[in-house]
Amino acid sequence: MLNMCAGDQSLFTSLYTSLAQQLPREPMEWRRTYGRAPKMIHLEANFVQFKEELLPKEGNKALLTFPFLHIYWTDCCDTETYKSSVKEDMMRWQNTLRSHSSADWVIIVVETNDTKKNKKTNILPRSSIVDKIRSDFCNKQNDRCVVLSDPLKDSSRSLDSWNALLLKLRTLLLMSFTKNLGRFEDDMRTLREKRTQPGWSFCEYFMVQEELAFVFEMLQQFEDALVQYDELDALFTQYVLNFGAGDTANWLGSFCAPVRNWSGLLLRRPIDMEKRDSIQRGEASLLDLRSYLFSRQCTLLIFLQRPWEVTQRALELLHNCVQELRLLEVSVIDGALDCWVFLSCLEVLHRIEGCCDQAQLAANCSHTVGLWAYATDKLKSLGELCGLVSKNGPTSEDLNRTVDLLAGLGDERPETINSLQSPYKKLKEALSSVEAFEKHYLELSHAAMEMYQAIGRLRSARLVGKSLAEFYMAKGDPERAETFLQEALKSYVSEGWSLPVTHTRRQIAECQKLLGRTEDYLQTSALLAGDGNLSTEERKHFCQEILSFAGKSENHSHKVTLSMNVFAQLTRLQFHPATASVHSGAVLQVELTLRCLMPVSVRIQQLAASIHFDIDHGGTHGRSKGTLRRTNRGTVEFKQGNSSAGPASSAAAGPTLEMDEIQDRSPSDNSLASVGVVCKNTHLVMRRRENGSPPETPNCVSPPTVAMKEGGQMLKVQDVKLEPGNNSITFTAPPGTYTLRQLCATVGEVQFVLSHIYPSVRYEVYSQEPQLTPLLAGMPQLVKFTLLTGHYTVKKGDALQLSNTETMPILPSSSCTLVGESVLSIQSSEKVTSISLPPTPPYHALEFQLEVLCLIPSGSFLEYGFCPQMSIDCPWSIYSTLLALTFYIPFKTKHSLLSSGNRKYIQVCVQNVSDMSFTLADVKLTEKQHESLELQSFNTKTNQLLCSKHSVFCLWEARWKDDLPVTTLYSVKAEIFPPAGEPHCRSGLVCGLEVSITRLIEPSDGEMAEDSKTDTDGLKTTKLMYEVADSSSNWAVCGKSSGMVVMPLKANATHKLQIEVMPLFAGHLPFPKIKVLKYLPHNAAAAIQPDPDSCVENDSLSLLDKTLDDQGDTASIRSRGSIHSVGSSDQQQRGVAMPRLEAFSQGQVFNNSHSQQVLVLPTADDHIMEVNAT
Amino acid sequence: MLPFTVYFSPDVFFPQNYPLYIRSVPSQNELKFHYTVHTSLDVVEEKVSAVGKSLADQRELYLGLLYPTEDYKVYGYVTNSKVKFVIVVDSSNTSLRDNEIRSMFRKLHNSFTDVMCNPFYNPGDPILSKAFNGIVSGMMVQTS
Repeated sequence: MLNMCAGDQSLFTSLYTSLAQQLPREPMEWRRTYGRAPKMIHLEANFVQFKEELLPKEGNKALLTFPFLHIYWTDCCDTETYKSSVKEDMMRWQNTLRSHSSADWVIIVVETNDTKKNKKTNILPRSSIVDKIRSDFCNKQNDRCVVLSDPLKDSSRSLDSWNALLLKLRTLLLMSFTKNLGRFEDDMRTLREKRTQPGWSFCEYFMVQEELAFVFEMLQQFEDALVQYDELDALFTQYVLNFGAGDTANWLGSFCAPVRNWSGLLLRRPIDMEKRDSIQRGEASLLDLRSYLFSRQCTLLIFLQRPWEVTQRALELLHNCVQELRLLEVSVIDGALDCWVFLSCLEVLHRIEGCCDQAQLAANCSHTVGLWAYATDKLKSLGELCGLVSKNGPTSEDLNRTVDLLAGLGDERPETINSLQSPYKKLKEALSSVEAFEKHYLELSHAAMEMYQAIGRLRSARLVGKSLAEFYMAKGDPERAETFLQEALKSYVSEGWSLPVTHTRRQIAECQKLLGRTEDYLQTSALLAGDGNLSTEERKHFCQEILSFAGKSENHSHKVTLSMNVFAQLTRLQFHPATASVHSGAVLQVELTLRCLMPVSVRIQQLAASIHFDIDHGGTHGRSKGTLRRTNRGTVEFKQGNSSAGPASSAAAGPTLEMDEIQDRSPSDNSLASVGVVCKNTHLVMRRRENGSPPETPNCVSPPTVAMKEGGQMLKVQDVKLEPGNNSITFTAPPGTYTLRQLCATVGEVQFVLSHIYPSVRYEVYSQEPQLTPLLAGMPQLVKFTLLTGHYTVKKGDALQLSNTETMPILPSSSCTLVGESVLSIQSSEKVTSISLPPTPPYHALEFQLEVLCLIPSGSFLEYGFCPQMSIDCPWSIYSTLLALTFYIPFKTKHSLLSSGNRKYIQVCVQNVSDMSFTLADVKLTEKQHESLELQSFNTKTNQLLCSKHSVFCLWEARWKDDLPVTTLYSVKAEIFPPAGEPHCRSGLVCGLEVSITRLIEPSDGEMAEDSKTDTDGLKTTKLMYEVADSSSNWAVCGKSSGMVVMPLKANATHKLQIEVMPLFAGHLPFPKIKVLKYLPHNAAAAIQPDPDSCVENDSLSLLDKTLDDQGDTASIRSRGSIHSVGSSDQQQRGVAMPRLEAFSQGQVFNNSHSQQVLVLPTADDHIMEVNAT
Repeated sequence: MLPFTVYFSPDVFFPQNYPLYIRSVPSQNELKFHYTVHTSLDVVEEKVSAVGKSLADQRELYLGLLYPTEDYKVYGYVTNSKVKFVIVVDSSNTSLRDNEIRSMFRKLHNSFTDVMCNPFYNPGDPILSKAFNGIVSGMMVQTS
C-alpha cells in the first residue's frame, strides 16, 4: 500500500528500513463491508516522498498506486524553528491534502536523546511542540499526532514507542484502505450497472475489476482475487450467450475479428502484460481475452494449491472457447482451433507437472486424462487435415495448409525457447513429417489409454484404442488395427450396444479382408449380412461375399465352417405326430423352422441334422418322452437373442429353468419309489456370471469353434432354398430313440454349423415290450390284457395265441370279456389258448380280461414269489413274445413252542404280506406223519379277518399220547425276602433271594448216560450252572451271582440257593432273571474237578453284565464261565480240558417266577427324591 | 440465427449396462452419439462408486454433468436400483440449466417406474412403452 511522506526526508530515510520491515509483522483484523467475514491480514506498505502531482485526481480508478496514508515527519523540538518554518510547511501540506479531499494523514514527531542533550531548555518546549502541533492541526483528532522517541536506540522506552507507532500506523492505514476500497468497489459496481448503456466497454471495466483483483492478490487474499476474475469470466460468457440469443453489444465486435494467432495458452508468466495491454487497448481477440483470463485464474489457483481445478477448468475453457467462436461466427481457418487446443492442453499439463511431483500426478491422472485425450484427438484431426495420416503422405495442398497453420503459431515464446519439450516445438515437429507425426500421436494415444486404464475408465480407453485403430487402418496396418477393434467390439457386444457393434464389426471386416483371413472374414460378413442396423445394400454386399466364396470351386482341403446362428436361426422344431414317439413301421416327421437372416435367398446343397442314439432309453418308456409330451406337445420353441447385438435380455436374465419330472421305479416290481422334479440345465443356471463377461450370444467376437462331428447318423435334406425369414424343412426319422444334436447347412464351400441344439430334443421310434403288473399266487384272478395297436390295424380273424403252462392254467370256466363290451371267443386246446380279436384301427387300445389261477408249487420253499413263463404269438409279429409273469405268495408263517409247567403249547403266526385283506376260516393244525399228538385248539373264532400287512396268532395245546419229545426237566422258583425285621424290601438294603430248582421227572436213559456221575450213596447226580442276571440294572447282586449246583437225578429233588441282592430303585421291580444251564465237565478233567461252590466265584459286589442274560447266547456264557472258573494260577493246568456249559433246549426249564415283581420301598430317610417322568 | 441442433436422448440402462432405451434427435450422427453415451458410463460408474463410499443413504440421484465434450454435455442420473439415465445435450444449447435437466430426469424416472410396474413388462427387455416414448418425445420437443 502506498504511503506518502512529507516533512523531514532525511529523518524518514533513516527510519524507512525498520519501518517497512516491521509494519507487516503483526496481522490486523480486517472488518469488511457487506457482511463479509473479517480476515486477518498483514499490511505491507511502500513509502514514497510526497509530491503534489502524484496525488490522485478525482475519478481515478487506480487502487494500486493510491496513497492511502500521508505522513509528516519532523524531529523539530525547537519552538522557534517550529513557528518559523515547520508549521508553515505543515499547513501547506495539509491544505494540499484537503484540496484533494484526503483525510488520511498522520504527523510523527521524532524525539531523540541528541536533541535533548543539545537543547538546554528541554522540558517545556518539547512538550509544547507536540501540544502545539496537536492544537494547531489535530482539532479533536489527537491520535493524528504520534511521538516516536529514540527510534535508533535499543531501549525498552524506544521499543514501546515503536510498537505504539506501528499499531497506530496499521490502524490508520487499514482504516483508510477499507474506506477507499469500499469507495472503489462502489464505483466499480456503478460502472458495471452501466453496461447496458451504449459506449460501455468491457475492456475498460475489465481493467477496473482487475485492479481490485490485484489488490487482493497483494494482500494474499487469492480467493477474493479469484472471485474477481470469475466474475469477469461469467460476465463475458453471458454477453457471448446473449449474442447468440440475438442481443448484441457493440463492444463485442472487437472480439469477433478473425482469429489470426493461435499460439495457445501461456501459463508461465504471473501476468502476461502483452495480452493485458492488448485488452486495455481494446484490441484483444476472444482467444486473447480468454487466454489472459485463464492464465490469471491458473496463477491464483496454483497459489491456492488447487492444481486439479486448473485441469478441470482448462478443459471447460477449451470446449467453451470452441463453442463461443462458433457462436460468434468468428472466422477461423481450418485446423487453427485444433492447434490452439492442442497447444493449450499441453501447456496446462506442463504447468501442472511443474508444480506437482510424479506421485501426485499419477494419483490424480483422473484429472489430467481428459486433457491428454483431448490433445490426442486434436492432433489426430490435425494430422488428417495435413495429410499426415495416409499411406501416400501429404499432397501439396496439404503442405500449404500446414504452412498456414504454422504461421498462425507465431514465434516461440522466450520462456520456452530453451526447453526441448515445449508444446510449440512438439506441434511444429509433429506437423513437419509423417514419421514425426506418428511418433507424437502414438505417444499421446498410449499415454491417454494407459491413464484411462489406470483409473478404470475402460470404455474411454477402448474408444481411444478405436481411434488408434482407425489411424492404423489409414496407415495401412490392419493387423494392429484389428487388435484394438476386437477389444472394443468385445465391450460393445457384452454390453449390448448394437450400433457401435455394427460399426466396429464393419471395420473389423475390412481389416480381415485386407489380412486375407478368409474364415474370420466370412464369419464377420455373415454377421454383418444379418445385421439389421445396416442398409440392405450393405447387407447384400456382405452376403454376396459369402456366396461368391462358396461358389468358387477351388480345391479347398476342407470346407470353411461357420457358426449357423449368424446365418439362420433354428426357431422351432415340430414333431408329426406330436407325441414324438411312434411305433416302428410308422413315419415320424421332424419339421424345423429356420429363420434365415440373410437379405437374399440362399440355395443350400444339403441340410443335415446329426442325431445321437440314446442307449439308456432304448425301447423303454423314459422320462424324457413323457416330458416332451406333456410340456411341448411335439413343438419345441428355441429362444434366441438377436443376431445383431440387440438387447440380449434373455442372456441378461439368465437361462430359463428347464424342469423335468422324474419317476423312479423299483426294478423288481415296477412300483413307484420316488417322484421328483429336476432342473436339467443346472450347469447353465448355476454358472457364476461374472460382471461384464460376454453372455452366450451368437454374436461372439471371434467365431466359436464349431465342428460337425463326423460319423454320426444324420437326417438329411438335399437342395433347399432358404428365403429370408422363416423356412420350414421336414426330415423323416429312422427308428430308435435319438437326440438331435447338431445342424449343418452346406453352401458350396461353406458350412454353417449349429454346434448343439438346445434345449435337447428327443424322439422315439420304438417297438414296445409288454409291461406287466405282479399277481398273487394261489387264487383265481382276473388278468387284464391291454393291447396297444400302434400303427397296425387289427383285422377280423386276428387272434392271440397264448401258450399254457402247468402252473398257471387259464380257467376255462371264466369268460374272456372285452372291457365294457362284448365277449371274445376263446378256443382252448391242451397247449394253446387262442383269443380272437375284434377289428381295431391303429393307435388304439384294446383291453380284455382273462381269469387265471396260479398254483403255488408244492415242495419248493419260495420266499416271495415265482415267475412262470408264458409265450404269446400275434399275427403282426413273426416272433413269439415271452412273458415272465411274477406271482407273489400272499402269506408268511412262523411257529414256536411255549410251555407252562409241564404243559406245552404251539403258537402259529400268520402274516399277510400282500396288499389285500383276507379272511382266515377254519384254522386247523394237523400232524403230517404220525398221530402221536393230541392238539387242542384255543382259537375260538371260526372266521378271522387278516388285513393287509398284519398278522394273526393261533394257539394250540399239545399233549402227547405217550412219550413226549420235549418235557420240562426243571422248574425254577425264586422268592425275595425283605431284610430281617422289615415288612418290605427297601432300596439300598440287602434282601435275600431264594432260588429253588426242582427236578420234575425221573431221568431218561439217555440223560443218565450222558452227563451224570454216580455219587457215593448210589444216587445219580448232574451238575447245573445257575446265574442271576438282571437286565435292567434294577438289582445289584452281593456276593456270588452265579454258581454250580449238584442236582440228584431224581424226581422232586430240590436244591435251594440263597443269594443276597440289593434293589437299587424303589417300586415294583421285576425279579432278576435266573438262568439254569447244563454244566458238562470234560471227561478227562473229571479228576481235577474243583469244588463246585468255590469254582465260580465272584466276590466283589458287581452289577451284572447285561450281555450275560441272553438266553440263547451260549457261547458267550461258555466263555464267561470259563473265565470265571479259571484261576490265574492254574490256567495252564486246565487249559487242556475245559468244562462246557450248554443251554437247555426250549421247554426243558420252566421258570415259575418269570415276570414276577416285588415291591421295593424307598429308603426311609432318603434326602434325595428322585422323580422320574417318562 | 445459427443452425440450432439439440441432441437429446434419455437413456435407460439395465444394471448390466444393456441399453433399454435409446433415442436421439435428429438421427444424423447417431453413431457418435452412441459412442459418447457408452463412454459416459465410465464416469457414471465412477461417480456411483464414489458416492457409495461416502454417503450410503440419502443419496442424490442426480449425478450432474458427467463430463463435457466439445460437442455435447452429458448428464447422468442413477436410481437406487442402479438404473442409469443419461441425457446428452448439444453443447451449444445454453438454454437448459441444471434445474431443468434435473426435473427432466425426475420425469423420466417416474415414467420409467410406471413402465416397471406394468405386469406385462419383462425387466431387462427394451422399453417399447408408448407412454414412456411420449414423455421422451415431449421433452425433446420442449428443449429443441
